[in-house]
Amino acid sequence: MTTIDATTATDRPGDADTTPVLRARGLVKTFGRVVGLDGVDIELYRGEVLAIIGDNGAGKSTLVKCLTGAEIPDQGEILLDGRPVHFKRPQDARAAGIETVYQTLAVAPSLDVAANLFLGREVRRKGPLGSVLRITDRAGMRERARRELRELGISTLQDVTVPVENLSGGQRQAVAVARAAAFGSKVVVLDEPTAALGVRESGQVLELVRTLRDKGVPVIIISHNMPQVFEVADRIHIQRLGRRAATITPKSHTMTEAVAIMTGAAEA
Amino acid sequence: MSTSTLAAPGHDPAAEFLDRRTPLERARGVLHRYPALSPAIVLVVSVIVFGFLNDRFLAPGNLSLITQQVAVVGTLAVAQTLVILTAGIDLSVGATMVLASMVMAQVTSAAGVPPLLALLLGLVVGLAAGGLNGLLVTRLKLPPFIATLGTLNIYLAITLLYSHGATVRGGDMPGSMTWTGTTFPVFGVRVSTGVVLMLAAYLLVAFVLARTAWGTHVYAVGDDRDAARLSGISVNRVLVSVYLAAGAILALAAWIQIGRANAASPNVGVDMNLDSITAVVIGGTSLFGGRGTVWGTLLGALIVGVFRNGLSLAGLDVLYQTLAVGVLVIVAVSLDQWIRKVRK
Repeated sequence: MTTIDATTATDRPGDADTTPVLRARGLVKTFGRVVGLDGVDIELYRGEVLAIIGDNGAGKSTLVKCLTGAEIPDQGEILLDGRPVHFKRPQDARAAGIETVYQTLAVAPSLDVAANLFLGREVRRKGPLGSVLRITDRAGMRERARRELRELGISTLQDVTVPVENLSGGQRQAVAVARAAAFGSKVVVLDEPTAALGVRESGQVLELVRTLRDKGVPVIIISHNMPQVFEVADRIHIQRLGRRAATITPKSHTMTEAVAIMTGAAEA
Repeated sequence: MSTSTLAAPGHDPAAEFLDRRTPLERARGVLHRYPALSPAIVLVVSVIVFGFLNDRFLAPGNLSLITQQVAVVGTLAVAQTLVILTAGIDLSVGATMVLASMVMAQVTSAAGVPPLLALLLGLVVGLAAGGLNGLLVTRLKLPPFIATLGTLNIYLAITLLYSHGATVRGGDMPGSMTWTGTTFPVFGVRVSTGVVLMLAAYLLVAFVLARTAWGTHVYAVGDDRDAARLSGISVNRVLVSVYLAAGAILALAAWIQIGRANAASPNVGVDMNLDSITAVVIGGTSLFGGRGTVWGTLLGALIVGVFRNGLSLAGLDVLYQTLAVGVLVIVAVSLDQWIRKVRK
């Protein structure tokens, strides 16, 4: 299996810790006779935003699904903090500290902001009220939700008791990102987070991505939007024909060059 | 590429839209936020209107009668609410209740089984019936409407086969089986034990829905199933547990029905399916799932009871009661559709 990881080593930001937070080697995933991934390598380092770009069918989504437990790779290994992990379900990846924000907003519209932040991870009251009667600690969850939103600088969402359906698209996406940020201790993955949003709302989400990175949580972002990718990413993983064509940075290459690599018009 | 305005203090992107809303849109927003509000208004208005139309309507004896008439359908409607909140529907609630009541009645009258054991058997019947519905919906992935349409007929057939079509009279059962029909005075109004048990079911389900993670998950599953799944909620487990809980509540309804009718009959209560759905819908719970409360359902059940009773006191034929309930359902669902347009 050929690998092209030489281009990247010098470009990665920060060198306090040289072990990638998340690393995959030689990932292969086939769907019948269709090859989704044909031996992909990827590294994600602490405190960086890594964008994954590629044409339709290049294997972006399959790659991310393998990293987040939504698909099980046929071959290859995934290392989290240097230790091999084997995710069988998205819950496994989540338990390991990898949070994913899906393109289809995974929020329940009629539930309020706090309930959505803690959906599937509700906190119970202390003592017998929680252990016997299984009462959830609503006040505690709301307080923590406010704190998370404040730390992410999302001031427009201070009322965490508002049903999500009353929010704008950008605010809903902010809820989804905040949830990932609150629980994604190791890695946050965003799959086309701005696809459904307007220009201003996209800007808000990208700002959130930077805030997350500055808090030390590495972010993987999949996007079709080149200007956004070049605006927010520290490094750019270019996926082509089920393999990594190159890893570049916004400084080392122009958008045109990136597109050329993506479409196979140029070599990395 | 624009940079963020998200963190700008005091900037509310929604503010520019708020002032453009007409009073009607504002009212819709309030109704959307408090789904039980519209049935509450309808109930108060209808009680006042029927009170003016007939002096006897507000008499303690009549109020007592309304609550007792509501007890059985009201209990079925709690179970129905749980199922409808998950965007499902249970057409077999009436059949399940009748089956459980026939089993309870038969084993105590013919076989001489102690009442406590009989009630437990009824509970087992309810859980089995609900469990089968849950498995059909989750394992065979049948639409709830089809699954429960099938089990409705299956449970009815089993009931008739098991009971040979015979009614068991209250006198042939131990007293504790008809205990739910006994009444006691509360401020001059005679309240039946069955009504108290129904209210207990409402309190319990309302508490669980509002204060436990399971309750949140029930709403989430009905609201957006994929979002619930992606949030790590086991959707199938929630669905099965909802149908099981409904089954347990239906066993309670069976006991209340025996007390109310002072008998267990294989032919009574089958038509209560639609009344239970009517109560849920009038109570503001959305058939599309994820939105509604059991308190709205209680109001809906009371509205149906008040309409039937009030119209019959006004001397109208029973057909007009049915007609009025039909109109109520259509108005309620139209209102729900209109309220839901608030969603962006």
